[in-house]
Amino acid sequence: MLANHNSVAAETNKPVILTRNATKEPKSIQWILISIVLLFLTLFLVVPLIAIFVKAFEKGADAYFAAIAHPDSMSAIKLTLIVVLITLPLNAIFGVVAAWTITKYEFKGKNFLITLIDLPFSVSPVIAGLIFVLLFGLHGALGPLLQNYDIKVIFSIPGIVIASIFITFPFIARELIPLMQSQGTSEEEASLTLGAGGFKTFWYVTLPNIKWGLLYGVILCNARTIGEFGAVSVVSGHIRGMTNTMPLHIEILYNEYQFSAAFAVASLMSIFAIITLVIKIFIEWKTDFKSSKVS
Amino acid sequence: MNIAEVKQKKKRTIPGFGLTMGFTLLYLSIIVLIPLSMVFLNTFTMGFQDFWATITEPRVVASYKLSFLTALTAAFVNAVFGVLIAWVLTRYEFPGKRIIDGLVDLPFALPTAVAGITLTTLYSPNGWIGQFFSFKIAFTPIGIIIALIFIGLPFVVRMVQPVLENIEKGMEEASASLGANRMQTFIKIIFPELIPAILTGFALSFARALGEYGSVVFIAGNMPFKTEISPLIIMTKLEQYDYQGATAVATVMLIITFLILFTINILQWWTSKRYTGK
Repeated sequence: MLANHNSVAAETNKPVILTRNATKEPKSIQWILISIVLLFLTLFLVVPLIAIFVKAFEKGADAYFAAIAHPDSMSAIKLTLIVVLITLPLNAIFGVVAAWTITKYEFKGKNFLITLIDLPFSVSPVIAGLIFVLLFGLHGALGPLLQNYDIKVIFSIPGIVIASIFITFPFIARELIPLMQSQGTSEEEASLTLGAGGFKTFWYVTLPNIKWGLLYGVILCNARTIGEFGAVSVVSGHIRGMTNTMPLHIEILYNEYQFSAAFAVASLMSIFAIITLVIKIFIEWKTDFKSSKVS
Repeated sequence: MNIAEVKQKKKRTIPGFGLTMGFTLLYLSIIVLIPLSMVFLNTFTMGFQDFWATITEPRVVASYKLSFLTALTAAFVNAVFGVLIAWVLTRYEFPGKRIIDGLVDLPFALPTAVAGITLTTLYSPNGWIGQFFSFKIAFTPIGIIIALIFIGLPFVVRMVQPVLENIEKGMEEASASLGANRMQTFIKIIFPELIPAILTGFALSFARALGEYGSVVFIAGNMPFKTEISPLIIMTKLEQYDYQGATAVATVMLIITFLILFTINILQWWTSKRYTGK
């Protein structure tokens, strides 16, 4: 009887606490957790980011700009741009078509197809390079055929491009699939009912709906293409001024103990990375669209 | 009635299925499936004895162990800190929160080679951070783990964050009103909801860490038996034109990665069924 009375008393006391902090931690614990997170992120993200720029300017601004203007650096920047300009449109087209196929139609094995598209995420970059050596290399499956026509893929630009396409293959499709799934097919159906053709429907109805998601995927794909190292390293052959992308150029400079020059090129790439993050935050703010799957 | 329904459904179908499906499968085959199948095809042609001899070389076995253990440790650290970071970012207010939130994605945007040379410089014995430690960090397995933590940092955060945002406040209130303290509410109510997301983030982080090359080669020091990771073994064999050896090691790595992803998929399916009944 008494116990029962106590529990009732306890319950009537509860709501007062509830409104204040029953679903919140005490301030002290909040600040301890925030401090741990800030310390961890400072140590792992902020300090390295600052270090890149400090090391880059260690020998002064002149040395910095000289390192970037060096012909080998310039040709590395140019090659990286070429690779990006080929990789991005191809993977963007594939991403849109694949996401369209998966979200606008019903068919068997859909999940299996998504798994296959995701496959490059779980393959080591070195293995990604290796498979193209096995396919296009001198002793590879298509090697003799390519040699007959005097086409060089491995240790040359086509190899770098195709390895980059493989590595960034899922990025855009992966961003678009959840977005287009949530949008459904009713708008397309309305457009078709009103007499628009399939392509017209895509161009005027679907594309405007997915443009931010598409841009989001493109900038992620862009960042990875610029920075890809392992796969490109395997297929490039490291020919200076010819098949060196920016990350490979950084490696060479670093291994030659030209640390300031290595960090100068690295700082340039870090600026790209920061711009990528800013655009990403902008898109998220503009659309309330948050990547539901990390890539 | 039935026929009319079927007819309506047929009419509603958006055109272009054959074309888009065909293009998707063609591009997928050319870029991913055919090249990837080369690894397995080449393995089949090399004969089991050669294959077995290559993949059981002591140096190769040591590299599997190193890659596996460092990737596992890093993924574990990332899971713990990932949940903590996601929690602080969704539940608390503090100055600079939006910038911190954006910064979490830095490892995805920063080239791995840049991360590699920077972390090596910071953690080398006379580097900014390395000088405070009496033991070596760069050029040891600890250095490898640090690089892998950096690379995999965003995965768990970005998987857990949306789940935390969508948890119904009512459940926590109910738990509190029934007398549970905050810790009990977290362990019994919130954490089970997070498990599938944590597992996915952990798996992605682990898979990425297993195959990572760019950031690790700089900080590892690459000493055989001590700090030589499996992707580097493949690279070394390729440089010696030992394509068969490289392929054999790659096959083992691919199989291990797929097995891990498969196991975690099953675990995830099982936990989400058990805890959330979905």
